[in-house]
Amino acid sequence: MLTACTLQFSIYTFKNPVQTKSFSTLNPPHQTLLPQSLSLSLSLSLTHRIQEIKMLSAKATCNSHGQDSSYFLGWEEYEKNPYHQHKNPNGIIQMGLAENQLSFDLLESWLKNNPDSAGFKPDNHSLFKELALFQDYHGLPAFKNALADFMSEIRSNKVTFDPNNLVLTAGATSANETLMFCLANPGEAFLLPTPYYPGFDRDLKWRTGAEIVPIHCSSSNGFRITESALEDAYQQAQKQNLKVKGVLVTNPSNPLGTSLSLHELELLVNFVSSKNIHLISDEIYSGTVFSSPGFISIMEVLKNKGLMNTEVWKRVHIVYSLSKDLGLPGFRVGAIYSNDDLVVSAATKMSSFGLISSQTQYLLSEMLSDKKFTRTYLSENRKRLKQRHEMMEKALQKAGIRCLKGNAGLFSWVDMRHLMSSQTFEGEMELWKKIVYEVGLNISPGSSCHCSEPGWFRVCFANMSKETLLLAMQRLNYFVDSMAKKDNRSGRRQPLNGNPRRSKSLPKWVFSLSFTSTKRNGVTMGR
Amino acid sequence: MEVAMKNTQNILSKIATNDGHGENSPYFDGWKAYDSNPFHSQHNPTGVIQMGLAENMLCFDLIEEWIQANPAASICTQQGAADFRETAIFQDYHGLPEFRAAIANFMSQVRGNRVAFDPDRIVMSGGATGAHETLAFCLADPGEAFLVPTPYYPGFDRDLRWRTGVKLVPVVCESSNNFKITMEALETAYENAKLANIKVKGLLITNPSNPLGTFLDRETLKNLVTFITEKNIHLISDEIYAGTVTTGDEFVSIAEIIKEEPKCNLDLIHIVYSLSKDMGFPGFRVGIVYSYNNTVVNIARKMSSFGLVSTQTQHMLGSMLSDNKFVDNFISESRTRLAHRHDMFTRGLAQVGIGSLESNAGLFFWMDLRRFLKEPTFESEMTFWRTIIYDIKLNVSPGSSFHCSEPGWFRVCFANMDDETTMTALRRIKRFVLKNKMLEIKTMRQCWQNNQHLRLSSRRLDEMLTPHRMSPHSPLASPLVRAHN
Repeated sequence: MLTACTLQFSIYTFKNPVQTKSFSTLNPPHQTLLPQSLSLSLSLSLTHRIQEIKMLSAKATCNSHGQDSSYFLGWEEYEKNPYHQHKNPNGIIQMGLAENQLSFDLLESWLKNNPDSAGFKPDNHSLFKELALFQDYHGLPAFKNALADFMSEIRSNKVTFDPNNLVLTAGATSANETLMFCLANPGEAFLLPTPYYPGFDRDLKWRTGAEIVPIHCSSSNGFRITESALEDAYQQAQKQNLKVKGVLVTNPSNPLGTSLSLHELELLVNFVSSKNIHLISDEIYSGTVFSSPGFISIMEVLKNKGLMNTEVWKRVHIVYSLSKDLGLPGFRVGAIYSNDDLVVSAATKMSSFGLISSQTQYLLSEMLSDKKFTRTYLSENRKRLKQRHEMMEKALQKAGIRCLKGNAGLFSWVDMRHLMSSQTFEGEMELWKKIVYEVGLNISPGSSCHCSEPGWFRVCFANMSKETLLLAMQRLNYFVDSMAKKDNRSGRRQPLNGNPRRSKSLPKWVFSLSFTSTKRNGVTMGR
Repeated sequence: MEVAMKNTQNILSKIATNDGHGENSPYFDGWKAYDSNPFHSQHNPTGVIQMGLAENMLCFDLIEEWIQANPAASICTQQGAADFRETAIFQDYHGLPEFRAAIANFMSQVRGNRVAFDPDRIVMSGGATGAHETLAFCLADPGEAFLVPTPYYPGFDRDLRWRTGVKLVPVVCESSNNFKITMEALETAYENAKLANIKVKGLLITNPSNPLGTFLDRETLKNLVTFITEKNIHLISDEIYAGTVTTGDEFVSIAEIIKEEPKCNLDLIHIVYSLSKDMGFPGFRVGIVYSYNNTVVNIARKMSSFGLVSTQTQHMLGSMLSDNKFVDNFISESRTRLAHRHDMFTRGLAQVGIGSLESNAGLFFWMDLRRFLKEPTFESEMTFWRTIIYDIKLNVSPGSSFHCSEPGWFRVCFANMDDETTMTALRRIKRFVLKNKMLEIKTMRQCWQNNQHLRLSSRRLDEMLTPHRMSPHSPLASPLVRAHN
């Protein structure tokens, strides 16, 4: 009986080599590799567990939903002890949630100026019934038109989108899964640059049976995608007997907070073209690009290269959502955009499993058709994100912590390698636990994002008030200070050249960087 | 060209390029005919009347009245705007607590408060469509199967099989006993699966039934529980039409049966629900998975990430469905109006001698049009169906699209139109039947004139000219009687 159970799990970890690293190094208090029933009482629940495995599907009894990852465990810890300015000032501050709460006042003021009680129009003709009955998976035409226009506006109208090529889905979560169902058979693979959004393990692999093979990106060149990394990933897939069906990139990147460069985009186009595979560009953060070099959409690149209406043009698909740009994750508004009619057709049928509520489609069609509003919103939102980003960057700098130079997203990719006791993933976990439990900040460790190097953390800045952010930074500062004092007392962390004065003014990461021999493309590590 | 097509197909998944979506079924053809020539009482009075859509449009006035009186339920109004921010950022897949409590409350009310539902077991899904797929993903691996009594809702072919790889094995039900589910039929289906080396993981019932419009009696339900317990397989009870039972108190939910059967293994029992039929809200995509199995609740909840209900909708319904006075009134008024529409139809059909399965639930009739078929074959059924759509101009759904084992049965919806359209539809049916009878009589006269030997029993004449309803006690229901004529 025991053998069956452990065999089951060894199969799952073997099948998901990318996850193995995370699982082997994770050790936060409430994390368990096994479902709750087993952790409760080994002997009794073991029998129950065996029974469960027989009665339920493999998908229900494995953990490809990825929720045993530290990404989600940190959330759980926050839920147990959430910070509140008055009610719980010592609680954990949530910095692991990439939400945009900076521009709600703009949405609220639009609502105030456009009162629409559930579809009742000023002339008293109620739309409620029509909306309640509207279940056409082609979506509300007015909404698709408005969404296509909005997507265009975000890209400074350099490209236009045909509403007929849009498929509406219940969030980007559903969009990504649906695209996987359309493009990959079970056992086939998509290449993803690391680090990547932890939710992809669930969204792309869980129910689809698809595999993810990482394209390793490193700090030596600011985590940019290189041609050799692409090729290496492809070869790695071949070695594992996995047929590669495409590449999926998030642009702007989560968790890096950077937009892909023109060079990277061209590399990708050439790569997928030569290998005859798909390219999915998850552009969920496209509206959050707040500083140069600005956002270049993959569609723009195809257009400029004269590749419209070619085979490769049909194999590029975009995923979008209003959860980040507009800060409306609760409304479940996602979309797939594809130039391939077959993909649009299949995905549209699949959207039956996760359509957008018609009343939400209606509300947003009104909002996004208001061009004055969208123009103001996009520009003001970017301004606020930029300010908030700079605020956090400066505060981190004061604490001697650097970040990757970011120009987008709702977070920074922060370098805490110098704060680890060892340059390993165990060291990262140890540091993470300290930050969650001692400092009281839920941030996301790089390992949960499948980063190949330990010591990087994603820290969100747009889901809280300014005061809370400053408090968080103060706590971090205090922590870093106290660590430095501890180190000096214990005599640990002697600088490599033995100069005690240097050890105070320069964190260790400077030395570790000088020992990495890979080429650098002039990346600045964020001042 | 073919090579190019094949290449295209290879670059997409098998799922994307197969027919698993089921949209090439005739169930959807009728919709297409309707879409190209839709009836409108003023703009297109000769268009096709949509009777293939099981929607409930009878009680919107009550809902709109409530919405007007409760502006705070909407986060778009001045009164509700204070909730906008919290609602818009809430993405917890447990759902808004008020929403879950309200749904549990509503489900209970629909069952006359004979049973209570635990809000912590309420799991959201993208409509019942999403709920079914989620349960299939949770309970079965690719290649494994669910037993489903025929006739069944055509969408199940897509919802349970398409992306999951799960199979459906029919449990054949026949008109001879009013399509009841018998233990023999269940055992036969189970054995057939075994012979074909297919592992059966569960039994899926729709109660009340689509397309039959009937609900299961207590004894049958208990037998089903015995069957699944003995075979150690799951039972999924799709109770999406629970609120459409006109004789409300007679409906027995599986939730009630398990209370009465202490030996029942609760880990095998799951309910699918939705507000699309009882409330007429298909556009709001409110599907519910309610499982008595803790692991299934847990996993289905994680899967609900792929089809959560918009919090804007959760907020509104959390408010509406916890208003007990409104809910009480709505449920009873809805039943009354459905019963009234049901009667209107029954009387109309009786006038022209068209039979249907006796029913008191659902939003449709299961009509017996076998005598209009040239031959008792599915080809004849299809031919006649085209007549109905293109000549009579009614979109109805042929029994074959519901996997009915006998040709000649059609599902005809009645709750998705106003009274006037109902009368128009009935008039068209009447016209057709009378025209058909005139033709028959003309043919018969010719036969007499030609001295053809024709045994016309008085019973047959009676059948043609007087109304008959299929009921469990009617001797006319027996195919043996027909065979004699």
